[in-house]
Amino acid sequence: MTKEFDPGDPPASLASVTGQVRSLALGMPVTAVHFLGEIAVFVGAEEKVAMVSAGGEIAEVTVHSGGILCAGSDGARIVMGGDDGKVVALNAKSEVALLATDAKRRWIDNVALHPDGAVAWSAGKTATVRSGKGEEKSFPAPSTVGGLAFAPKGLRLAIAHYNGVTLWFPNMAANPEFLEWAGSHLGVIFSPDNKFLVTTMHEPALHGWRLADNKHMRMTGYPGRVRSMSWSAGGKALATSGADAVILWPFASKDGPMGKQPAMLAPVQARVAAVACHPKQDILAAGYGDGVILIVRIEDGAEILVRKNGASAVAALAWNAKGTRLAFSTEDGEAGLLEV
Amino acid sequence: MSELASQKIPVTVLTGYLGAGKTTLLNRILSENHGKKYAVIVNEFGEIGIDNDLIIGADEEVFEMNNGCVCCTVRGDLVRILDGLMKRKGKFDAIIVETTGLADPAPVAQTFFVDEDVQKNARLDAVVTVADAKWLSDRLKDAPEAKNQIAFADVIVLNKTDLVSKAELAEVEARIRAINPYARLHRTERCQVALSDVLDRGAFDLDRILDLEPDFLEAGDHHDHDHHHDHDHGHSHGGLKHYHDEDMQSLSLRSDRPLDVNKFMPWLQNLLATDGQKILRSKGILAFSDDDDRYVFQGVHMMLEGDHQRPWKADEPRHSRLVFIGRELPEQAIRDGFAGCITT
Repeated sequence: MTKEFDPGDPPASLASVTGQVRSLALGMPVTAVHFLGEIAVFVGAEEKVAMVSAGGEIAEVTVHSGGILCAGSDGARIVMGGDDGKVVALNAKSEVALLATDAKRRWIDNVALHPDGAVAWSAGKTATVRSGKGEEKSFPAPSTVGGLAFAPKGLRLAIAHYNGVTLWFPNMAANPEFLEWAGSHLGVIFSPDNKFLVTTMHEPALHGWRLADNKHMRMTGYPGRVRSMSWSAGGKALATSGADAVILWPFASKDGPMGKQPAMLAPVQARVAAVACHPKQDILAAGYGDGVILIVRIEDGAEILVRKNGASAVAALAWNAKGTRLAFSTEDGEAGLLEV
Repeated sequence: MSELASQKIPVTVLTGYLGAGKTTLLNRILSENHGKKYAVIVNEFGEIGIDNDLIIGADEEVFEMNNGCVCCTVRGDLVRILDGLMKRKGKFDAIIVETTGLADPAPVAQTFFVDEDVQKNARLDAVVTVADAKWLSDRLKDAPEAKNQIAFADVIVLNKTDLVSKAELAEVEARIRAINPYARLHRTERCQVALSDVLDRGAFDLDRILDLEPDFLEAGDHHDHDHHHDHDHGHSHGGLKHYHDEDMQSLSLRSDRPLDVNKFMPWLQNLLATDGQKILRSKGILAFSDDDDRYVFQGVHMMLEGDHQRPWKADEPRHSRLVFIGRELPEQAIRDGFAGCITT
């Protein structure tokens, strides 16, 4: 899968903003990035996060005593799970709060945040929801939890596992709903309008359900596993990694992508590793396996170069809430901030 | 070994029936003064008493790949754990996966064939099976799992040899050899085996497939032959009693004439596609006509990988050799099919 040739410099016609990127020497491998207000928080592979202020000062904060396995954010705090069995939350003031410790010190594999302050995490087959008031409820999934996501409305948690997704209502006595589809489901995401649910699978494919009637949507054709998904502004399309171009599935109509072809944007000679759609405009940022980062206009595919190819793959991309700044990092911690 | 392969974290799979001594071997590996750090993946319900910094409980969750192949099962928990461990790269040199006594090693091995991320970061080094010299013969009769573990092994640690007589030892060895004549066999008490004999074996490394001779025909200090000139017991091989296991066998094919690559490849692929469920392991060193390179392959059930290894040496006879280990192998059909691939 490694590239055997150097694509060289991109054509001169490609607009470039590489000169406007503020480089950050984080000195640690990074797996995720989130904005807390104007602070870009780079989540390390182990123990620490690096908080970078608007002025570019870097402050490290220790959050775990081992590997950081998962991270999610609601913009006000970042919740992380580690191989130390702990679930911790970090806010913009660098305050770290311990939310939970697994009794058996099992790995915390997934986390999810709800807008009302509830947090969910999973360890092995057990998914746990902790309400904003601190009340905890657990659900035993039929097999190891691959991913978690809260529905945008109501307290409903999607739990991805082998052979499908369970929709659990922690505050209701009703039986959880089970959406069946053979295979191992890893990541899971609701559409912002609450009409669709999409999972990334172990094989290179997405699977989706229209929640009104549980109709299936198979989204296949990827050369590699899909690791990164992002809804475009307003939820009109779902941008995904996993191919040599950004694959954009149309979700604007009530049928979603059923019977439709996806759009393919920004094809280069490398696999897309991370995607992040702009929060307000119809543009997205795409990071590739060779370290290239492009900003792409969804309408016509026009590209702007943010970063040239480098030593390692792009690991994380995020916009701030206003959409004025883009933060990125490669797997080996070459990070940067761009003012747009 | 290619540069890329050498950077990957080696993974040793430690298997063996209940009570054979897996934990003893594991603790020996961890406690010996070798300067290496291991990450250990154990079954959640496995034996306790392992002293190691990086120890992870696994669930032995197996799932079927969505590719229509019923035997393409992988360990989903292993994919997840290896992915998580890679965040701690540099904190350990190698990984040991201990399976339960009842586990089938195939899904573990197949995980390394089919998962892109696992392949990128880790390589399967060998399947090491610990067997109980006193009880293995019985287990081979009543426990299909025990038979699978012997058939699948690259290295067999035949443990607790102090609890059996020489005759009993010869008996159990012969039964092992009836199933798997190719694994390296080490007789031990309390799993006293040189760690170099169980670790860094490169058994799944195509570059390290050197020969495919049965282990007991090789002269080697790892094996003190207890010659058994008891010719009343049917036929014998190299001084050892010879059994035929009615269920699990190995089949070896060879040709001194080169193979026709355009016939051989479709035949092999078709064989594994149709009989792959029965074939646990396969390996080959091949000489093709009009090809100056040795071609090597290895497979686990239906999964196959192969490559040109190196040019044949001038003084090296260009012989092709294939080995299959499996259950109820359709021997005659395999022999006939192979014969059809030999150039005339």
